[in-house]
Amino acid sequence: MNKHLLSINDVSAEDVVRVLDTAESFREVGTRVIKKVPALRGRTVVNLFYENSTRTRISFELAAKRLSADVINFSTSGSSVSKGESLKDTALTLQAMGADAIVIRHSSSGSPYTLTKWVKGSVLNAGDGTHEHPTQALLDLYTIREKLGRFQGLRAAIVGDVLHSRVARSLSFGLVKMGTEVTLVGPPTLIPPDAPAWGVEVSYDIGGVLPKLDVCYMLRVQRERLRQQYFPSVREYSRLFGLTRDRVAMLPEGCLIMHPGPMNRGVEIDSDVADLPQAVIEEQVTNGIAVRMSLLYLMLGAAGTEEVSERV
Amino acid sequence: MSERTLFRGARVVDPASGRDGVTDVLVEDETVAAVGEGAVAGGAIVLDCGGLVLAPGLVDLHAHLRQPGREDKETVETGSRAAAVGGYTAVAAMANTDPVADNAAVIEEVRSLAARAGLCDVFPVGAITKGLGGQEMAEVGEMAHAGVRVFSDDGRCVPSARVLRNALRYARAFDVVIAEHCEDPSLSEGAQMHEGLYSSTLGLAGAPAEAEEVAVFRDLVLARLTGGRLHLCHLSAAGSVELVRRAKASGLRVTAEVTPHHLAFSDEDLVGYDTNFKVNPPLRTVEDRDALRSAIADGTIDAIATDHAPHAVEEKEAEFDQAPPGTIGLETALAAVITNLVEPGLMPLPRAIEAMSTGPARILGAADHGGPIEPGRPANLVAFDPGADWVVEAPFASRSRNSAFLGKRLRGKVVHTMYRGRLVVADGKAQR
Repeated sequence: MNKHLLSINDVSAEDVVRVLDTAESFREVGTRVIKKVPALRGRTVVNLFYENSTRTRISFELAAKRLSADVINFSTSGSSVSKGESLKDTALTLQAMGADAIVIRHSSSGSPYTLTKWVKGSVLNAGDGTHEHPTQALLDLYTIREKLGRFQGLRAAIVGDVLHSRVARSLSFGLVKMGTEVTLVGPPTLIPPDAPAWGVEVSYDIGGVLPKLDVCYMLRVQRERLRQQYFPSVREYSRLFGLTRDRVAMLPEGCLIMHPGPMNRGVEIDSDVADLPQAVIEEQVTNGIAVRMSLLYLMLGAAGTEEVSERV
Repeated sequence: MSERTLFRGARVVDPASGRDGVTDVLVEDETVAAVGEGAVAGGAIVLDCGGLVLAPGLVDLHAHLRQPGREDKETVETGSRAAAVGGYTAVAAMANTDPVADNAAVIEEVRSLAARAGLCDVFPVGAITKGLGGQEMAEVGEMAHAGVRVFSDDGRCVPSARVLRNALRYARAFDVVIAEHCEDPSLSEGAQMHEGLYSSTLGLAGAPAEAEEVAVFRDLVLARLTGGRLHLCHLSAAGSVELVRRAKASGLRVTAEVTPHHLAFSDEDLVGYDTNFKVNPPLRTVEDRDALRSAIADGTIDAIATDHAPHAVEEKEAEFDQAPPGTIGLETALAAVITNLVEPGLMPLPRAIEAMSTGPARILGAADHGGPIEPGRPANLVAFDPGADWVVEAPFASRSRNSAFLGKRLRGKVVHTMYRGRLVVADGKAQR
C-alpha cells in the first residue's frame, strides 16, 4: 500500500484485492460482542472534516476505534478554522500533535494532495470536492465482490450527476481497473465530455442500459444543479433518469441496486425501490467500516506493530 | 568625463537591423557609440562577452507590478528589479492596481515610482473602463495625453460588445492600443483550469477553449467594424490562433501575445494540484501549446509577454479553488523561451528576440527599446549566455515566488542588463 490514499488510482488491482481480503477478516470483528482489536493501539487518527458528513465521519471513527486507535474529530465549525485558520496552519498543528493518520473531507478538489506537503503521517481522502472518494469506491467494490463474487466481466451502470460526483469518479476508475464494464448514464450536461477517456461507455438512455446490468449504481442529484441550468426540472430528471418500480422490472434478476447515500427518495430512486431486497444500500454502510479498518490497518498498523514488537 | 562600456566579442542579435554576428558594441553614457570590431576601448570598462548573445533589452507587454495596493506581493521597484534580472529594459504595468490605473493621477504615481527605482522603463497601462467595471469608459484621452499607449481591463474581458466597440472607436483619436483579456465569463464562471480530460479526472471545474475563442471572435469583428487598434492578451487556445491568422490575412490591424508558461506547459501539469500552474487563461492541451509554439514562430502571434502575476505565499499555499490565478515570469521568460522553443529548433534565436523585444516595443510605442543597436540609440541591452543551465529556485528578485517554473531546469541565463547606459545587472547580479 502507498503511504497515502488520495485517489483510487493510487491503489493497484493487487492492492484492491488485499484491502478487500483484509476487510473480510475485519468484517467479523463487527459481529462480536466486543467489537475491538488492538492493532492500532497507541496510534492517533485525526478526522479532519471541512464538510459535514455524518456517515463518513462516523464510519471512519468506528473503524479507527475498533482498531483501538486514539481518534480525534476535528470539524471546522466552532474550531480555529472558523476563525480563519488556513489548511496549512491546521495541518502543522495536527502534525505537531503527532497525528499518525489524517482523514480529510474537504469541499475543494485536491485538498488531500495539498495536505501531504505539510504532514508526516498518512493522508486518507474521505471525499474532496468533485474529485474523488476512494474509500467509498473500495467499500462499493467490497459489496460487489461479496454479492457477485467477481469483477471481471460484470456490467455496471453509474447513473446521475457524474460531472460533480466524487463517488462516480473513484468508482469508475476502480471498476475499470478491476475489469468491470462501466456505462455512465445521465443527462449530457452532467456527464464530463471527456469521460470516454476513462475507459467507460456513455449513454443518455437509461432504458437501453438497464437490461444488461449486474450493478445499477444511482448517484445523488443535488437540487443546486437545477439552479445552474444543468437540467430543466427535478420532475423531468426523475422521469428520464430515476430508478422507478417500472425500470427495476427491466433489470436482470440478481442485479444489485446501490447508492452511496444520502438518498433523495423520489428523485433519483423511488422510495420502495430503495427498500427492495436487491438494494444493498445498508450493507454498503456496514461494509464501509470493515473496509476503512482494513485501510487504516494496512497503511498504519502492519508496519507500525512490527516496529513496536522490535522495540519490545 | 564620460562613462564608457565595451561589450567585446558578443554575438549581436538585433532583429531591427537584421544583424546577427560576432562583434563589439561600445556604449558611451546613455547611448550606443559604436558597433563593429575594433571599437576603441580607451578608458572603457571592458566586458568580455565571448559565448554570450547581446540583444536589445527585452520588452514586456504584460506585467502586474501590484503597486499601488498590494505592495506585499510586488512593488514597482521589486518588479523592476525582477525585470532587470530577467533581461528586460521596458515593462508595461497592468492597470488592475488598487486604486485602479483608470486616471492620470495613478499613471503618474506609477511612473514616478519607476523613475525613482531607475531599473527599467515602466509603461503604465490604463484601464479601458472605470474601476475595471466594464460599464463606463475611463478617461482614455487624459491618460493618452499623459503618455499611455496601451489600455486594458486585463484580468477581465470587457463584457459588453457596445462598450468595447466604443472604446475601440474612441481610441482611434489618440492612436492607442486596446488590449483585451479574451474570456466569455458566462462560459468560464467558477473555472479552475482548462476543460478537458484532466479537469474531468481531477474533478476541477473547467473552462473550454471556446470561452476564449468566442471573445476573440467578437473582438476581431469589432476591430474590423471600428478600425481600432486591437491587441489580444495571452492567447491560450489553438482556435484563437486560427482566428487571428485569418484576421491578419484579411488585413486587420491586430496584434497578439502569448506567455512563456503557455508555451512551456499544458493542463497535464495540473495533476498534483500545484497552484503555481493555476493561471488565467488556463494551461490548455498539448495540442493548444503546440499551436501556440508554431504561431509565435511564424509571427501569427507577435509577442511573448510574461503576464508576471505575483501573489502572496499564503494565498497560493491554499486549497486549489481558493488560490488566485497567476505565475511570476519576468526572471524566467527568456530561459523558458530558449529551453522550449530555441533549443528544440522550433524558432531561431533572432525570432525569439524579435518576439521578446523588437515586436513588443513596436506595439508599446517604446521607441527607445527593441533596437536597432546602432550609434546614437539609447543603450538598452541584454547580454545572456544561451547555453547556461540552471535550476529555478526561490528567492527571486520579485517579492513573490509563485513561479510555475520552480524546480525546473532551464537553459539560458541573463548575464548583463544595461538600462540607458547603466549596468543594472552585471554578472547575473542586480547592481541596485
